[in-house]
Amino acid sequence: MDAKLTTQPAADIARYDVEAVNSAARRSLYKAREPIYPKLVDGTYRKLKWAMLIFTLCVYYILPWVRWPRGPNEPDQAILVDFPGRRFYFFNIELWPDELYYITGLLVIAALGLFLATSLFGRVWCGYSCPQTVWTDLFVAVERLIEGDRNQRIKLAREPWTADKIRKKIVKHALWILIGAATGGAWMFYFHDAPTVAAQLFRGEAPFTAYFFLGLLTLTTYLFAGSMREQVCTYMCPWPRIQAALTDAETLQVTYKTDRGEPRGAHKKGESWEGKGDCVDCNSCVAACPMGIDIRDGAQLECINCALCIDACDDVMAKVGRPLRLIGYDTDKNLARRKAGEKPKVRLVRPRTIIYAAALSLVGGLMAYSLATRATLQVNVLRDRTPPFVRLSDGSIRNAFTVKIVNRENSTRALTLSVDSQTPVALSAIGEEFQGGAATVSADADGVRSVRVFVTAPPRSSSSATFPIAISVLDPATGEAARRETTFLTERRK
Amino acid sequence: MARNDKRGPATDDTTGHEWDGIREFNNPLPRWWVLTFYATVVWAIVYWVFMPAWPGLTGYTKGLRNHSERANVAADIARLEAARGASIKRLAAVTRVEEVENDPDLLQFTLAAGASIFGDNCATCHGSGGQGFPGYPNLNDDSWLWGGSFADIKQTIRYGIRSGHEKAHVSVMQAFGRDGLLPPETISDLVAHVIRLSGGEADAAAAARAAPVFQQQCAACHGPAGKGDPLQGAPDLTDAIWLYGGDRKSIHTTLTNGRAGVMPAWEGRLTQDQITALAVYVHDLGGGQ
Repeated sequence: MDAKLTTQPAADIARYDVEAVNSAARRSLYKAREPIYPKLVDGTYRKLKWAMLIFTLCVYYILPWVRWPRGPNEPDQAILVDFPGRRFYFFNIELWPDELYYITGLLVIAALGLFLATSLFGRVWCGYSCPQTVWTDLFVAVERLIEGDRNQRIKLAREPWTADKIRKKIVKHALWILIGAATGGAWMFYFHDAPTVAAQLFRGEAPFTAYFFLGLLTLTTYLFAGSMREQVCTYMCPWPRIQAALTDAETLQVTYKTDRGEPRGAHKKGESWEGKGDCVDCNSCVAACPMGIDIRDGAQLECINCALCIDACDDVMAKVGRPLRLIGYDTDKNLARRKAGEKPKVRLVRPRTIIYAAALSLVGGLMAYSLATRATLQVNVLRDRTPPFVRLSDGSIRNAFTVKIVNRENSTRALTLSVDSQTPVALSAIGEEFQGGAATVSADADGVRSVRVFVTAPPRSSSSATFPIAISVLDPATGEAARRETTFLTERRK
Repeated sequence: MARNDKRGPATDDTTGHEWDGIREFNNPLPRWWVLTFYATVVWAIVYWVFMPAWPGLTGYTKGLRNHSERANVAADIARLEAARGASIKRLAAVTRVEEVENDPDLLQFTLAAGASIFGDNCATCHGSGGQGFPGYPNLNDDSWLWGGSFADIKQTIRYGIRSGHEKAHVSVMQAFGRDGLLPPETISDLVAHVIRLSGGEADAAAAARAAPVFQQQCAACHGPAGKGDPLQGAPDLTDAIWLYGGDRKSIHTTLTNGRAGVMPAWEGRLTQDQITALAVYVHDLGGGQ
């Protein structure tokens, strides 16, 4: 690949001698990866991508440091996955392991959101916010800072190993590893108290697993964003395959407008545009592409829709005095419409997008509702099974239950435990007093209180063999109640 | 997504092998695959150096890390015991069951510990939930041969019943029939008497005939009214609970052959805090007094 910038005598626009090395038609499965040297562009989408890069990185690195006081005995970290304590904290939400379905719901919402965004605007996730894209962008920026833009990087790659080249490579890789370590390190902070584990990591006192995952994530960040880059998207990621099923002819995607561009060819200043397409075949779009493809080949699996070719092309269009957005967000349908002489239009509201939006609001609404009305009090009843009932010396029958009271609130609560039964029964409990069918038990903050309750039916109290009872817990302060129905078992009557 | 029809063999290199005009292409394995393979080789060598790896005639190579799963288990157990230490210390000082019952945390620890010890040592005879079997008392009910207070239960667990320990509980239920102490017809009458004591239906005349015999032979232990005596380990004959069965045949067998169940002494086999946890657990199965 001769990447020398050659100014062709027939045109005023420099033509990049660049090949779309990663396009499916040109790459070979048996050949080593051909390096891609994306050229820096400037424009609307590059600015948007810088903004997204800064925003997403800030979210990732800063979130674990956000504090959220929850009172005594609770961590004050806003987002914390506490495996030893078996809790997941997300601002004012505290999830227990048995509420894992909220995480499932969150994943469903994420998937549906991705479906909706993809059907509307194509692979915006891939182009702007996927960690692979963001970190690769960051790594390329570091590379550019050390080695210069596209042409200098190509030149450096061809140079023999001089002291300067070695210095540049060492600095670049060192910076990459540093970013990788910061990335892997930040991951730890989501699972432990961030300030504590940060201090431990630096002092060498953190647990082995922390160092293991730090090392692993440093390595994957370094490899994925440093040397594998577009190969992760092309070969490893399933999303490019799935997204084909989510887009349709009305989806806005980064598109080369063939109707305007073709027939492409070099153009001399002052020459008539009659019979010529707007594309001057300068290859700027290919040189800017981080995926090593040619957008003019049409929509393709390798394209992450990062829109950098739009900026590259707009720059050229401005120079040759043609309308901008020869490459732009457009739909397949509009290409056909223009060819047929119709007016292009954008149809965001389509059955597909309506269905995705409806599913998204339904699941989102259900999640919001169930989170808002989430019970902070729960009662579970485990009956003794060996034996299921006990005959006492006076002939009465006793059932024993282990009542587990789940208090999800961060305060100790005095609760009323009561047993409802149509048949008169006597109640007792280990360590608690029953008066008039109810006992006051204290449940520790954010924990499970276990009470052993005995229910005794006097001899021959019921004509039926078994009868239903219900064990309920009431918080007199808030009126919140929880109830569990069970059965009083007794001897089968002969 | 462009279809690629141009893709052919990646290289025109051949290995030089040729059979009947068929040449072998030289398509090497992907570099990542080869590198991964070499990496596993290197990893294996590193593993041999650091970890136990090669068996020998008398042992095995220990490796520089001196890793041992056995040692890890021992360390885990030590850590667990250290973590439980505070609760165990409190448990060892317990003298009254209320001290445990009124402390929900200690109670939960004790019941969990007790259930585990019970499962390991007691469940074989008394059943997994202490439900008992004929001859092995149900520990959930409120009838206790040797007393159902916390102290009584602890005493029974420590020294057992007819265990051979010098402090063991010992009681004697005579084999009235087998040893010829009473004639068979008197035994039949006594069976009727005992059934009627607990409200069962039996021949009233036979029961009346046996009343003086009961006072003479049985009342010393079971009491004049048959209410039993926990100090002597004599069961209450008037209640609804029968260790060896309350039907005519079972009672007849008991009177004829006597009964002498055995419970081992756990003193010396379990630690004091384990016995305390066990006593609290059994007491709180529901029948404790």
